[in-house]
Amino acid sequence: MANKILEVKGLKQHFGTKKAPIKAIDGISFEVYEGETLGLVGESGCGKSTTGRSIIRLYDITEGEILFKGKNINEYKSRKDALQFNREMQMIFQDPYASLNPRMTAGEIIAEAFDIHGLYKKKAERREKIGSLLEAVGLNREHANRYAHEFSGGQRQRIGIARALSLDPSFIIADEPISALDVSIQAQVVNLLKQLQKERGLTYLFIAHDLSMVKYISDRIAVMYRGRIVELGDADEIYNHPIHPYTKSLLSAVPQPNPEFERTRVRIPYKHEEVPAGAKVIEARPKHFVLATDEQLKSWLKND
Amino acid sequence: MAQNDPNLEKISPDMFKVVGGRFNETEQLSQKQVSFWKEVFYRFSQNKLALIGLVILFIIMGMAIVVPFVSQYSYDQNVGLYNTAPSAAHWFGTDDLARDMFVRVWEGARISLFIGLTAAAIDLVIGVLWGCIAGLSGGRVDNIMMRIADVLTAVPYLLVVIILLVVMEQGLIPLIIALSITGWVGMARIVRSEVLSIKNQEYVLASRTLGANKWHLIKRHLIPNAMGAIIVTMTLTIPSAIFTESFLSYLGLGVQAPMASWGTMASEGFKALTSAPWRLIFPAVFISLTIFAFNAVGDGLRDALDPKLRK
Amino acid sequence: MKKKVLEVKNLRINFKTYAGVVQAVRGVNFELYEGETLAIVGESGSGKSVTSNALMKLIPQPPGIYADGQILFNGKDIIPLSEKEMMRVRGNDIAMIFQDPMTALNPTMRIGLQITEVILKHKKVSTRDEAKQRAIQLLDQVGIPYPEKRFRAYPHELSGGMRQRVVIAIALAADPKLLIADEPTTALDVTIQAQILELMKEIQKKSNTSIIFITHDLGVVANIADRVAVMYAGQIVEYGTVNDIFYNPKHPYTWGLLGSMPDLDNDADELLRAIPGSPPNLISPPKGDAFASRNEFALAIDFEKEPPMFKVSDTHYAKTWLLHPDAPKIPLPESVARRIEGYQKEANNNGQ
Repeated sequence: MANKILEVKGLKQHFGTKKAPIKAIDGISFEVYEGETLGLVGESGCGKSTTGRSIIRLYDITEGEILFKGKNINEYKSRKDALQFNREMQMIFQDPYASLNPRMTAGEIIAEAFDIHGLYKKKAERREKIGSLLEAVGLNREHANRYAHEFSGGQRQRIGIARALSLDPSFIIADEPISALDVSIQAQVVNLLKQLQKERGLTYLFIAHDLSMVKYISDRIAVMYRGRIVELGDADEIYNHPIHPYTKSLLSAVPQPNPEFERTRVRIPYKHEEVPAGAKVIEARPKHFVLATDEQLKSWLKND
Repeated sequence: MAQNDPNLEKISPDMFKVVGGRFNETEQLSQKQVSFWKEVFYRFSQNKLALIGLVILFIIMGMAIVVPFVSQYSYDQNVGLYNTAPSAAHWFGTDDLARDMFVRVWEGARISLFIGLTAAAIDLVIGVLWGCIAGLSGGRVDNIMMRIADVLTAVPYLLVVIILLVVMEQGLIPLIIALSITGWVGMARIVRSEVLSIKNQEYVLASRTLGANKWHLIKRHLIPNAMGAIIVTMTLTIPSAIFTESFLSYLGLGVQAPMASWGTMASEGFKALTSAPWRLIFPAVFISLTIFAFNAVGDGLRDALDPKLRK
Repeated sequence: MKKKVLEVKNLRINFKTYAGVVQAVRGVNFELYEGETLAIVGESGSGKSVTSNALMKLIPQPPGIYADGQILFNGKDIIPLSEKEMMRVRGNDIAMIFQDPMTALNPTMRIGLQITEVILKHKKVSTRDEAKQRAIQLLDQVGIPYPEKRFRAYPHELSGGMRQRVVIAIALAADPKLLIADEPTTALDVTIQAQILELMKEIQKKSNTSIIFITHDLGVVANIADRVAVMYAGQIVEYGTVNDIFYNPKHPYTWGLLGSMPDLDNDADELLRAIPGSPPNLISPPKGDAFASRNEFALAIDFEKEPPMFKVSDTHYAKTWLLHPDAPKIPLPESVARRIEGYQKEANNNGQ
């Protein structure tokens, strides 16, 4: 049984005021095991990006506990501990145009972490490290001197990946890393991520709204809806046996590159239901969890 | 719609061998390496007015440096001729203490430019740091810092200056302090507004996840990306400082004789307007030219740096 | 025989830039018939957006130049039309739906007014009241609940999906015969996207509108298109009915696109067949076939001569030397072939 590298317990993230809070995340719990990819899927506003940013400590959390490698993330207080945390956990961002500083070259972007952490101070050493990172993501060493705006979207995203790898982390949160790319470029980037995972033993939290790509890269999937995780399980299990009506609706809305199928496919619309007070996380099938009351679960399984 | 052309020219069979792609060519970038500042310089050079302003500035600064060194007269030397009109010996004439106006104007240029540039430089340092810290910190710190800035601009400027100059003796340093004391607020506001928009960009978030502290963010991300706004504000602060100095000197609050800035010269020259108008005209003309030139360059820079005009 | 609404012949569009002349569209030909949907598929930089903007003469000139070709709308070439004449065509005959619903609407104007403005400008009705009635009708038609109330709403009061519906209502306001939709669902969630696609199909059925739908998502193409044009580097490289393209693709780029899409039935252990590299620089388009350097099946001639359009069937054409009678017979890449087989088996199982 692999180790848990990340544990999220009862995470709540409320913005706005105390009287009128915006409940971006309203109580979610999940674990990520070493070496796996957990896909976090949902539509805009469901709180998935906020989850990723809360875990990496870009936001302070309202309530709940986040354990990284067994240690509460709030305990990484001192500067030394904080830097240690940064070395272990990194993030890849969504927008290839906004995630790179337009005034910096590719080499400077990748090496920024070295400056912050005081690594690779010698010029030759640093150049070598930058070169090897560029090659690891499929770019050329000569690209180190070029500015961000000279690259295409897919190439920029790869620079972002090289930046995330620069500190040799063990856990990477990918926040919609392919949503802004063309479909054919998405495949390049996803293949690269899979390859890097195998080579370096990385663990991913892959946040996305594209269900087919998420299924392709994830081992397990969590479906988020309005700040709650409504379903969680192995990727194949979720796609072949969805239980929660929102998951079913989401899957039925994904268009497939198959014209005959599309002609006859019927979409299942989802009618919003407030989560009833008694709802809890139930293991409906082996390793397949659903947020529901017992009655809800019974009726959903019956309709299957 | 194009069809199969029955008249397709005969193509040799070895043209149909599978050779595969040339994949290492496919990651090539276009050859022209275009740096940001090169593009800016190109756009700037398209603006005729801005170029004229730049040339004027170079000439004035050049003269200010060179003339007092090479002139045969010094600025407080008595040349024996009182209040004479411009002539071959004295290109800008002489004043009521028989001093050569030409060398005095360029000596005055040194003073005025020095005061203007120094005051603007102080404003730059204070304003940028203030704006960065306020914008980046947000919340109460931001609030307090900007309210201080508001208060400073609310107090009547001349009052502050006069009080300062009464408390300290009149002179160059107190004058510069007086000019800087509220000048930085404009820069601070502009920098803060830039910082507010930059700090939520994903590349700043990325830097934070790498472990950057506030100073690293300011140094590597906020200031470089706000540089455009900073430079433009600077080029518009300098003429403002020069003008204010001239104004204060005109009122008698500026540098003391025998040192003369353009403002003090203009003040003295005004008294002799009917008898020796050249004593007012020359300093006044150069004040105007300098201010115009800085403004033209500033406008040109602002246009050249405008991101919307890119591509 | 269906009426031909649009015919584009050898369209060439260039842009003059600081770095040189960009050949954005390099000889594009296609037709569109009444009541059908043509999907134009391609990556960023393929020229699909420039083509669609060109159809409404929205390309700013300068720096854009209509270098060659004709755009025949109902038989009449619109390229030589003056701006004034074009204004009558826009909205009235051809309307556009843009990608970003956030910026396509004027944030300071109530949505009802944005619709009536179009109606009145094209003199579809004679009074303000009639225009308002028609606008409410349109809001209802595009599925906005409580249309009489929403008439007075501002764009920021609506969600992304609702805004896009308003954009569609505005596009329909003057009863255009041709609707150009430039990636209208790319910025939307998948469930909203599905709703918008259903809406567009409904509208087409009711009013017999022709639609040009631009996208890079093949799933959307399979859902909405009757015919497909695949664009690469400013040219159409494959052209056919939606079944032609998905079940019998002939161009290696199309194979690449199909192979790079994950399938819900995909086996996660095999890597997706991504197309390596990036599209070419259109300031100096490469000699020969523009796709050659990224094509693992490239022939020697691909680097020398540009291929002509070869006919596969009456409906299906592809611009690749692989279709030349002397060319080697390259089979479909395995993953693509397997997937198509899977689809056809499924179709048989469902008794189609």
